[in-house]
Amino acid sequence: MKIILKNGYVYDPINNINGEVMDIFIKDGKIVNEFREKDAKVIDCKGKVVMPGAIDIHSHIAGGKVNTGRILRPEDHRRFVIARKFKNGKFFRSGAGFSVPSTRITGYLYAKMGYTMAFTPALPPLMARHTHEELSSIPIIDKGALTLMGNNWFVMKYLKAGEIEKCAAFAAWLLKAVKGYAIKVVNPGGGEAWGWGKNVTSLEDRVPYFDITPKEIIEGLMKVNEMLKLPHSEHLHTINLGRVGNYETTIKTMKLARGLENRDRHVLQITHAQFHSYGGESWKSFESKAYEVAKAVNKMKNVAIDVGFVTLDPTTTMTADGPMEYYLSSLTHLKWTNKDIELETAPGVTPYNYSPKSAVSSVQWAVGLELALLVEDPWRVMLTTDHPNGGPFIRYPRIIAWLMSRKYREDFMKNMNKAVEKRAIISSLDREYDLYEIAIITRASQARALGLKEKGHLGVGADADVAVYDINPEELNTAEYEKIERAFSNAYLTIKSGEIVVKEGEVVNEFYGKTYYVDVEVEEELMQEVERDLDYYFKRYYSVNLANYPVSLDYLTNPTKIERKIERVKVIK
Amino acid sequence: MHYTDVVCTFCGTLCDDIEVTVEDNRIIDIRHACRVGASKFFKASDIKHRRTKPIIRENGREIEVSLEEAVEKASEILADAYRPLLYGWSSTTCEAIKYGVFLTDLVGGIMDNTATVCHGPSVLAFQEVGYPSCTLGEVKNRADLIIYWGSNPLHAHPRHLSRYSFYPRGFFRERGMQDRELIVIDVRRTDTAKIANKFIKVEQGKDYELVSALRYVLNGGVLKKDYVAGVSREEIYELVDKMKSCSFGVLFFGMGLTQSSGKHRTIDNAISLVRDLNRFTKFNIMMMRGHYNVTGSNEVLAWETGYPYAVDFSRGYPRYNPGETSAVDVLVRGEVDAALIIASDPVSHFPKEAVKHLLRIPYISIDAFYNATSMFAKVYIPTAVAGIECEGTAYRMDGVPIRVRKIIEPPEGVLSDEEVVRMIYEKTMEKIKERIEEEAAEKVIV
Amino acid sequence: MKEIFLKFKGSKTVLEAEVINPNVFAGKKLSEIENLTVYHGNRRAKLGEFFDVEGSTSEDARELRIVVEGDLEKVKRIGENMSEGEILIKGNAGMHTGDFMSGGRIVVEGNVASFCATEMKGGEFIVKGDAGDYLGSAYRGNWIGMQGGLIVVEGNVGRESCAHMSGGKAIIRGTAGDFAGVHMRKGTIIIEGKANRAGAQMIGGTIVILTNVDPLPSFELVGEESDIEVDGERFSGTFLKYIGDKAELRAKGTLYIRK
Repeated sequence: MKIILKNGYVYDPINNINGEVMDIFIKDGKIVNEFREKDAKVIDCKGKVVMPGAIDIHSHIAGGKVNTGRILRPEDHRRFVIARKFKNGKFFRSGAGFSVPSTRITGYLYAKMGYTMAFTPALPPLMARHTHEELSSIPIIDKGALTLMGNNWFVMKYLKAGEIEKCAAFAAWLLKAVKGYAIKVVNPGGGEAWGWGKNVTSLEDRVPYFDITPKEIIEGLMKVNEMLKLPHSEHLHTINLGRVGNYETTIKTMKLARGLENRDRHVLQITHAQFHSYGGESWKSFESKAYEVAKAVNKMKNVAIDVGFVTLDPTTTMTADGPMEYYLSSLTHLKWTNKDIELETAPGVTPYNYSPKSAVSSVQWAVGLELALLVEDPWRVMLTTDHPNGGPFIRYPRIIAWLMSRKYREDFMKNMNKAVEKRAIISSLDREYDLYEIAIITRASQARALGLKEKGHLGVGADADVAVYDINPEELNTAEYEKIERAFSNAYLTIKSGEIVVKEGEVVNEFYGKTYYVDVEVEEELMQEVERDLDYYFKRYYSVNLANYPVSLDYLTNPTKIERKIERVKVIK
Repeated sequence: MHYTDVVCTFCGTLCDDIEVTVEDNRIIDIRHACRVGASKFFKASDIKHRRTKPIIRENGREIEVSLEEAVEKASEILADAYRPLLYGWSSTTCEAIKYGVFLTDLVGGIMDNTATVCHGPSVLAFQEVGYPSCTLGEVKNRADLIIYWGSNPLHAHPRHLSRYSFYPRGFFRERGMQDRELIVIDVRRTDTAKIANKFIKVEQGKDYELVSALRYVLNGGVLKKDYVAGVSREEIYELVDKMKSCSFGVLFFGMGLTQSSGKHRTIDNAISLVRDLNRFTKFNIMMMRGHYNVTGSNEVLAWETGYPYAVDFSRGYPRYNPGETSAVDVLVRGEVDAALIIASDPVSHFPKEAVKHLLRIPYISIDAFYNATSMFAKVYIPTAVAGIECEGTAYRMDGVPIRVRKIIEPPEGVLSDEEVVRMIYEKTMEKIKERIEEEAAEKVIV
Repeated sequence: MKEIFLKFKGSKTVLEAEVINPNVFAGKKLSEIENLTVYHGNRRAKLGEFFDVEGSTSEDARELRIVVEGDLEKVKRIGENMSEGEILIKGNAGMHTGDFMSGGRIVVEGNVASFCATEMKGGEFIVKGDAGDYLGSAYRGNWIGMQGGLIVVEGNVGRESCAHMSGGKAIIRGTAGDFAGVHMRKGTIIIEGKANRAGAQMIGGTIVILTNVDPLPSFELVGEESDIEVDGERFSGTFLKYIGDKAELRAKGTLYIRK
């Protein structure tokens, strides 16, 4: 199908286009050079905003613990349902779930907001097949999965022994075996300690038996990541998530990236930085340290953050940080699940109700916004809620409106616990994002972080993933924030792979998007050494045979490989 | 032909180290499998005892028909129904279950799996208090205290003890069983109890009280009574001590606990006990799932609908309330007017009142093996045996997903559950799409 | 008070009729009421197909009483979400009668099925016969159950009545099945007959049992009290007072059992 989007205000930061009135030409799923109108579908976008399809780099939408969250929370699902329908010759499935929506409606709800891609950030290798089964049942959007490595026995063993080449070869093998996209690190060492009911609380703590420190794991995997020339950086959920006074750990963690460089992107992503920017001595003196963390980010040009905004909704928290979930549930006394996964990781799930009336929640709300408003370079900021941890992804339009409208923030704060004014600085911040900056933090910076050249922009050759919103930039008044929120909630048009999937907020078409994974080839001799270790460990310590561990491409919808060939793995000192 | 790393699709242990030798499309040798597992492989490959042609029954007459005719009839039954039940979905692959969800969503029916009559109470308890658990490899590598409660793995999951729990050598348990303690709690001295280091006999139906006493003592209470649930105060204190002082404990529980008189409240209490234990040490709990993919069935339903079993689509979107929307209940109350039964034999296993109603209504039976339920079905469609004649995905009792293999060809003309369910889905869609189109899609946000 | 009479004509399978609610009927003509949507199995239908509708309407739900007649075991959700007015059911009522009600009054002359008055917030729910399981309980997975209002059952109740109760009062004149008040946090339950495992895993609230039963082993006897007063009601005689359920760490629930 050929489509021309005519006369819209185009926001395409990767190509430095800031609200110019332009036409966008779409053919065979790609953005192309101008062609004649004759045999194309021409859509008038006059007075509307045209952006690349939005990207969510960190959203728990698929996999074992996401589904555990679903099973755990029938009382959440009844709050939000979408009925089945039959339209344009297609059957659209029903679904349920407010904080953890079922898979089909996850695709519909993203598309409705103009999102065309989302990555699930915590794939436990042994459960990879499960993650892919769920990803493959999410329609419309492109997908991928970040692979958990921060508590993997092979990783810890190799790094401890100083065998970083082997660690790199293992990481390459693992990504290919489980069809993962990047190296994800969650509470490095803490997951293994949790195998004995313990945790790590400083970057210098020693992991039981493996005798390695969180610092060594973070640094080692950052180097491995660059040795393998992976498209994305190390994606790090550092230690002490959600703890009072954790901001110092966060700043120390960022400094570990010193000396490492990559031409195309940052080398370390501090994920859901909001949960890592807390001051105070106890929950009573809990306060925002977003200013300090943002200052550090401003200095460290090779570090980026995704925010992990808190939206003040009742939600379900889920993370591969098992000890953190246990700790949280021991504060709330709410139901708690845990799943230690042999040799790899330890995820947990517990519900959490962020209440505007609570001092802690209201400060958390401020921390996220402060980070986004205080980090100067939007190219190193990504809009996420760490869905569903800070709030469900369906709240992104509201976050966009908060960032764009100071008045919205002020009005919203009126019903909040007064702590937000005393222990955060949000009320003193004037900055309002413009549409160009919004396009950066929801599209351009995320595509760049993922290293995907065909995504996040509208230049010729890009994938034709486009969102059109019913906002006229000439008439935009940020005091009318409801309009902004409404427009971003219901895309006037979402185009995925050159096909119209959403019209005026309604899903009208469905098919399956791509699933990205990384395939790095390293030298054979090195890989053979690693394979010997794999044989030994699988026979003795895993509960499945090595032959039954890798995930075949049958599980991926439109599998899309990012290839790297490393002739000789070079150690980075 | 010799196959290695074959997965046994019998019980929830889902052993994946089976070796099978095949000659002329017949299985002639099986290594590593337990007796029950091996017998399933042989039974599948012995096609003399299988029916391989679809059947329609009219006025008491049995007619062999083509697959297309059987599918046509099945879709008619489902399209006409006001409250169809689609039940089974535990001894089949996730791929088939997925199409089952599509089909149930389409016809506005109720989808339920066999968890409803086994670990349903455990799922309800999970939803009340959570579920601290782990994979079986964790148990192998770390556990020094293993408890089976209301479970007799030597019979129901024969390789559970040797592969994952008591016997194997693990990373931190190099001497295998010598590094571990095995305790069995049950109403009678089972064969598993006989090999245990300690057996605790609990009075029938009093498991809830015993858990309460354990939790009370664990949380600092002083037990006044000499006996609770037939167990002496000394034994209770000793057990609490052992649980608190181990370095990694695990509690496996089976139907003996889920079907004890407290049902899901007993499991709720047991999970709470394990949660409490995590204040002192590392402790996990795990359901001993029976059917090889009942776990997968819960998982697929959950990601497709939000709910793990007993899902009611009658209003065009999923709702959930076991006791109201579960298979036995809707049958006993006579709500159901048609059914599709797949990979299951409720006529043999359901309570009498439920079977009585099932036999009154038109239903479809889809099963690799012709069973009692198939004998009274309006439509019977034979299918291939998953894990032997066709591949797909199954989830082990601890949630580890495993690809099951195809090692022999199914009988001629016999398709997989996945293909048959998909055909019925597509046929039914043609029949009722107009009806759905007329319903304005209704969305509810509370 | 204006009255609208609904006479049930029967249905093939279950019917969901949450529209039978004074809040919904108020301000509607009889013909509009007949046209309200009900769900018959997986089909949509009109209320008038299953009920004869008569009587006089009112603009104000508070001035409206709906009288439903017939064997309504198959009819679910009558009075769901109601906040005002009255419903009188002359017969047995089906599941979810009075779910989430926040005000008004429902009187059932016969029995009610399981799952009624779920997560009730206010109003009165009166049953002259017996009630099924999960009366006045929380929905699956929820940790907040009934928060306010009054439930009175003249007969017996099934299992798990008032699970996760967080407020309000329930009076059971007959016996209660296992686990009345399980996971209770606040509120009052009075049981005149026998009750096994009452208050299991409760952390707050008060349960009074007017017969002598054995509490769970995790309840701690704190003493005896005579002629007690609980939530405005007096009970004569001597009671054993327990605190529990001490299986739970934070347990501060009170259980009175008549000696």
